[in-house]
Amino acid sequence: MAEETKAPEASGGETRTAERPVERSSDSRPERSDRDRGPRGPRPGGPGGREGGRKYFRRKKVCKFCTEKIEAINYKDVRLLAGFVAESGKIVPRRLTGVCTPHQRRLSAAIKQARNIALLPFAGRAQ
Amino acid sequence: MNRTYELMFIVRPDMVDEDLNKLISTLESSVTAAHGTVKSEIWGKRRLAYTVRRFNEGIFVLLILEGTGAMVHELERRLRVTEPVIKFLTVRTDEELKRLDKIKKLRDSRKKASAAPPVTPEAGTEPAPATA
Repeated sequence: MAEETKAPEASGGETRTAERPVERSSDSRPERSDRDRGPRGPRPGGPGGREGGRKYFRRKKVCKFCTEKIEAINYKDVRLLAGFVAESGKIVPRRLTGVCTPHQRRLSAAIKQARNIALLPFAGRAQ
Repeated sequence: MNRTYELMFIVRPDMVDEDLNKLISTLESSVTAAHGTVKSEIWGKRRLAYTVRRFNEGIFVLLILEGTGAMVHELERRLRVTEPVIKFLTVRTDEELKRLDKIKKLRDSRKKASAAPPVTPEAGTEPAPATA
């Protein structure tokens, strides 16, 4: 704050120094918040990872099926499907597992088939 | 005009082996009578994910069929009437198999194309994944 008072005094004229101390007391708060918003705004990686709100996209998760080139998602391989089902039995959304859309669609179809043939539960043991 | 299906059904766990085999052979004969082919796999006793007709376990049987829709309709009708069968599920698989076949062919042709410049002529096995 002290530095700021000196800089305009060195560069500007008398009117500025006369006006500034009056304005600064009211403008100091919005100025500070603007300056704080600067580094936070265009860098979503930091607060996005720490906060629980998950406003920003996470560190890029890759689709397990695309990388391992698993083509056939069968309702019979329960072990593969159980990795994408929560403890309550719900299908985990793809923003958490990082699965790509076509594979998520096939996966959810397979999970529903497995549920119908009693290989996976409809509702788990959660209360 | 023949479609491939997978028919999985669950039989009550207190069923005897020979009765199970009798049931499967009955189904198989009805399939061959309708000019289809059938392959059967008995998975054995498994724990069910939820209670079905007051059973917590069941014997899983898988039939891989080739035939018409009418044949499958008839099979399902039979299964519905059969008392020891507690659940069944039919899935049509020919489109899926066609798709998988296509992908496999694509991958094989890519591998052949990349293996054509004779750096190390591999013996046609596919352990190494094709990098695009």
